[in-house]
Amino acid sequence: MNAPLRRVGVVVMVLFGLLFANLNWVQAYKGNDYRTSPYNGRVQIDEYDRQRGYIMVSNPGSKPIALSTATKNNLKYLRSYPGGAAYAHVIGYKPVNGTATGVEQLENDILSGTSDKLFADRLRDIFTGSHTAGGNVTLTLSKTAQDTAYEQLVKNKIGAKSGAVVALDPNTGAILALASFPSFDPNPLVAHDAKASDAYKRLEGQAGNPLLNRALQETYPPASTFKVLVSAAALSANRNPDTPLLAGPGYQAPGTTHIIRNATSSTCPQEQMTLKEALTVSCNTAFARLGVELGSQRLNDTARAFGFYDDSLRVGNLSATDRGMRVEESVLGPLTTSSGGDDKPNIAISSIGLNEVRVTPLQNAMVAAAIANDCSQMRPYLVERLVGPDLTTGLYAAAPKELRRSCTASEAAQLREMMVSVVENGTGKKAQINGYVVGGKTGTGTADEEANAGSDGWFIGFAMKDGRAVAAVAVILDDAGKGGSGEAARIAGLVMKGVIEDKGGK
Amino acid sequence: MTTPHTAPPAAAAAAVPETPAAAKPSLLRLDPAARRVRRTELWLLLLAMAMVAGYLAAVEANMLDTVTMDFWYPVGVLTAVFLALHVVIRLRAPFADPVLVPTVALLNGLGVAFLRRLDLGRAKIDDRPELAIFAGDGGKQLLWTLIAVTGAMALLWFVRDHREVSKYAWTLGLAGIVLVLLPAVLPSSVSEVNGAKLWIRFGSFFAIQPGEFAKLMLLAFFAYYLVRKREVLALASRRFLGIDFPRGRDLGPVIVVWAMSLLVLIFEKDLGTSLLYFGMFVVTLYVATERVSWLIIGLVLFFGGAVLAYLLAGAVGGPFTNFGQRVEIWLDPFAEPYDRGYQLVQSMLGLGTGGMFGTGPGAGNPLLVPEVRNDFIFAGMGEEIGLFGLTAMLALYLLVVSRGLRAALAVRDSFGKLLAGGLAFTLALQVFVIIGGVSKLIPLTGQTTPFLSAGGSSLVANWLLIALLLRISDAARTPASTGGVRR
Repeated sequence: MNAPLRRVGVVVMVLFGLLFANLNWVQAYKGNDYRTSPYNGRVQIDEYDRQRGYIMVSNPGSKPIALSTATKNNLKYLRSYPGGAAYAHVIGYKPVNGTATGVEQLENDILSGTSDKLFADRLRDIFTGSHTAGGNVTLTLSKTAQDTAYEQLVKNKIGAKSGAVVALDPNTGAILALASFPSFDPNPLVAHDAKASDAYKRLEGQAGNPLLNRALQETYPPASTFKVLVSAAALSANRNPDTPLLAGPGYQAPGTTHIIRNATSSTCPQEQMTLKEALTVSCNTAFARLGVELGSQRLNDTARAFGFYDDSLRVGNLSATDRGMRVEESVLGPLTTSSGGDDKPNIAISSIGLNEVRVTPLQNAMVAAAIANDCSQMRPYLVERLVGPDLTTGLYAAAPKELRRSCTASEAAQLREMMVSVVENGTGKKAQINGYVVGGKTGTGTADEEANAGSDGWFIGFAMKDGRAVAAVAVILDDAGKGGSGEAARIAGLVMKGVIEDKGGK
Repeated sequence: MTTPHTAPPAAAAAAVPETPAAAKPSLLRLDPAARRVRRTELWLLLLAMAMVAGYLAAVEANMLDTVTMDFWYPVGVLTAVFLALHVVIRLRAPFADPVLVPTVALLNGLGVAFLRRLDLGRAKIDDRPELAIFAGDGGKQLLWTLIAVTGAMALLWFVRDHREVSKYAWTLGLAGIVLVLLPAVLPSSVSEVNGAKLWIRFGSFFAIQPGEFAKLMLLAFFAYYLVRKREVLALASRRFLGIDFPRGRDLGPVIVVWAMSLLVLIFEKDLGTSLLYFGMFVVTLYVATERVSWLIIGLVLFFGGAVLAYLLAGAVGGPFTNFGQRVEIWLDPFAEPYDRGYQLVQSMLGLGTGGMFGTGPGAGNPLLVPEVRNDFIFAGMGEEIGLFGLTAMLALYLLVVSRGLRAALAVRDSFGKLLAGGLAFTLALQVFVIIGGVSKLIPLTGQTTPFLSAGGSSLVANWLLIALLLRISDAARTPASTGGVRR
């Protein structure tokens, strides 16, 4: 029986050889795939082994708005957001399961400490056996402006259920405030237990969609704020602020029986007024007629020059413009007929920002910022600085970039002159700030009987000091009811005041 | 009448230990050859325990950030019980293979250490340093080790010659079949755990897996039956395609065992046990008859049955569904990574995370793998000791199996050869089935990993298996001059 016993021994060797070969395949060859697999819970546990870095606002010395504190559990650190709902749409959140959002996602490599920029720290950890914390992110946000923006949206005096505020530094493109309302408390979403997914499900099903970042990802009819762009188009077509326009109580575009009227019968009953006067009182009939005169081509070109039809814009870190928070594309809608000619009835309604014209709050703020900065439109960004775990080693500092030229410097100066007139003499008086030159434009969705316009209250504008731009802002109150644009102007003024306060009054 | 040519008294006295009278050894008066063998065993055993101590210390260093004196307690208990076994072997099987006990003790010790490591992982960080020695799975496994090794000692003590076992062959065979089939006929509430009807539960706390013991009983019966029948099975045959096939009526017992393993497969929903019984039988049949045709028939029957069961799972469902699902999970575990494929996916991820060198004992997250204390213990350890560690573990198993086969080759009686060969191969096959299962080499089936998995039945049965191998190897290695087992 010894011969078959020896053969059994060979069979056993073969079986064990198969086991050994297969373990080599699983552990050595496929090991890295499995180690980093999205199904592998160890990935998260490892992430939580290292203290995640801070996220801070631009104000020097202020407390972090995202930090990690030690726990006694398997996951060694718990993320928390002391800024709460006001900062939720900017910072996002870093849940245990699933993907992070906002800046937490954008700068995950730095915050978690896995970035190449932190290689030296990781190398040192290998020898010391410790886990150095991740790097830290300083945002462009101005604390007072951001807090004011969110607080004023929540406490708006006209009962609006939703809205957004964007404030920019026109000189750099730095986002000084970015608030979306309604918002959510991100803290429950980063809990280590099942409460996190419960909280997420609750938010997902909540009316008003608090998870949506309205400042970047929702588009609205710009209403009368669009008249600024039509004015820019007119200036580029050899008109000037004093060019006389035909106004009047009603305007009937060629090819339609629909009559465009003004917000009130007292707005611009006179037959003729200048471009500047028409913008100051927000005269619908004058701008509808002007738009038809300018034609679809020029309106489209001007809109593009100010950032419409840009579906690749991302907001985040200027060194990686292909990443960051997505911005919804702003559009004019169809202005030509199927044969290619101008669709004059549509152009007429679109010229007062209704019909199918849609903008994001950010885009509208970028229009105001470009005008404030001599039509050099800067690329908007959120990440000001990245620093190492020691809070001093600089890893990155933003270098502002021009995104596009929107018009000529002299046209920008003329637009500013007209917009200042709006705030000083016209519909935007509530945005005034003592000691500053404020320009802007209001917009109200209910200015026309167009049902699809809803009832949005808009204000876009800027503040200047000694000929230098300080801030540009866009405020929208959705479902605002009466007085929406006035309330938006008031909030815009407060937000810009917040920016000024944080800059030390400069 | 005395003659001057008889041996002088001094020489006679010196020769006393060499005479057959010394076949009844004591601790102090051991044959020098046996003493050398046992000294080797002792040193290897202490080396194995030192390795277990090192493992436990590394676990504490990684999990508590300090090494408490507690890690000595499990090592101390294990060392004491294995030393007791060593003493019993000195008394009752002095020539037994010296490698078997240290190798198995190392596997067993690492199993206890890893289960204790899992207990520490489950405990809150603050409670970890206070984990009692007999607490949790690790503590329970330590107690079961005491019981299992005591069982092995009892077997060595009372069974002085492995051929005594053959006297009870028919009884053991019948008992084995009853034990195998018992869980299948019992209601699921008593016998089903995690979808496999392999258990007999007494209340909610205590459960045994009768199949673990049935394995040994059936093997003893096979060995006895085949020794008696080998002539007729080997000689009466027909030649077909150049291979000798047995006569139809001689196939009877094979068909019975084949049917039994299929019943196990279908009604106990357990491919692994079924494969184990059948492989065990076919291989002992092959060894007994030296006919390759038995291997071919066996393989065709088993794989034919398995393929048929898979096809029936798709067509009929019912009792075949479980098997069909297991094959589908095996083919693509990532198809339903959070549902049916979860166990296997997590096992693969654990093994892959370990990579070449592992995270180190206590530094991984084996608790992410479901059932890591039972079926998936090898994958759990693989995360922490890596490919190198697992390869060493495979080498340990291979060492045990090869020592069993060596005993089979060396022992002089046919029953001993078949029994030792069968036991060694069964151990190898069980290791292959479960480790192949958790590493996705073959479809996963619920089997315990010998000497590692938490669970008393498996540990006791496998230590009895080792005791039988020790008994046979002692018979094989006892020199004829000391009156060892005769042919």
